[in-house]
Amino acid sequence: MKNNDEKPLKKVCIICAKGTIEDVYATLVLANGAVMEGIEAKVFFTFFGLDAITKKQMNKIHTGTVGNPAMRMPGGLPFPSVLGMLPGVEAGVSAMMKSQMEKLDIPPVDEFLEMITAGGGEIYACKLAMDMFKLSEGDLWEDCSGVLTVGDFYGMCGGEGTQIIFT
Amino acid sequence: MAQKTIAGTNVEVDNEGYLQNPDQWNREIAGEIASEIGISLTDKHFEVIDFLREQYTSGVPLTIRKVGKSGITDIKGLYGLFPGGPLKYSSKIAGIPKPASCV
Repeated sequence: MKNNDEKPLKKVCIICAKGTIEDVYATLVLANGAVMEGIEAKVFFTFFGLDAITKKQMNKIHTGTVGNPAMRMPGGLPFPSVLGMLPGVEAGVSAMMKSQMEKLDIPPVDEFLEMITAGGGEIYACKLAMDMFKLSEGDLWEDCSGVLTVGDFYGMCGGEGTQIIFT
Repeated sequence: MAQKTIAGTNVEVDNEGYLQNPDQWNREIAGEIASEIGISLTDKHFEVIDFLREQYTSGVPLTIRKVGKSGITDIKGLYGLFPGGPLKYSSKIAGIPKPASCV
């Protein structure tokens, strides 16, 4: 039932801490979908999520083929974890997922980030995780808006109609 | 399905005001929907609108990425033309149903 007193969503602050295809794309779809609806979006990449905004890694992200019970063969048969351990399988499965997404007009990571910033969305990196992985700003995607502490991030999450989303 | 009179023409719309039959559309209707949204249409807007109508008619699912690759404008330009709703406002003005797209 629709509640007429509902206040519309105005801003989303999205945190991505993992570097798999599904985590990164969930983040990118949420952020892009927000700016397409006129909702402000700020995205904070931390820990392994930093891969999505690290030049060297951003277009090479994979999905895990081990320990993923929802993973199935094309056609729906179960995908045994031991298969996922074989060399090249993870890369092959990831390439297949990316080609399926391309068919739905879902772009590679760098282009997706450009779409988000074209709509006014902002992309940030976590300072602590950068220090941990020994990354410098030069390693990051060029249009990154900055490197933040957690306090800086919370400072951006104010205002009525703001939600923090952790993918 | 609701009926609505836009720019003197009786058209079929959904509950958000998207035309349900693109054949009922004309440029005056586009102008009136646009001014309701707060956009005044230029030739560039109409280039995007014509592109969307063509794509819709040929059954291609619409995304902002496709508009960005159309050569008419880039995605930043598309946001500039239709602020706050690059795909939903442009589709509404183009007289096509609301796109069921996440990108």
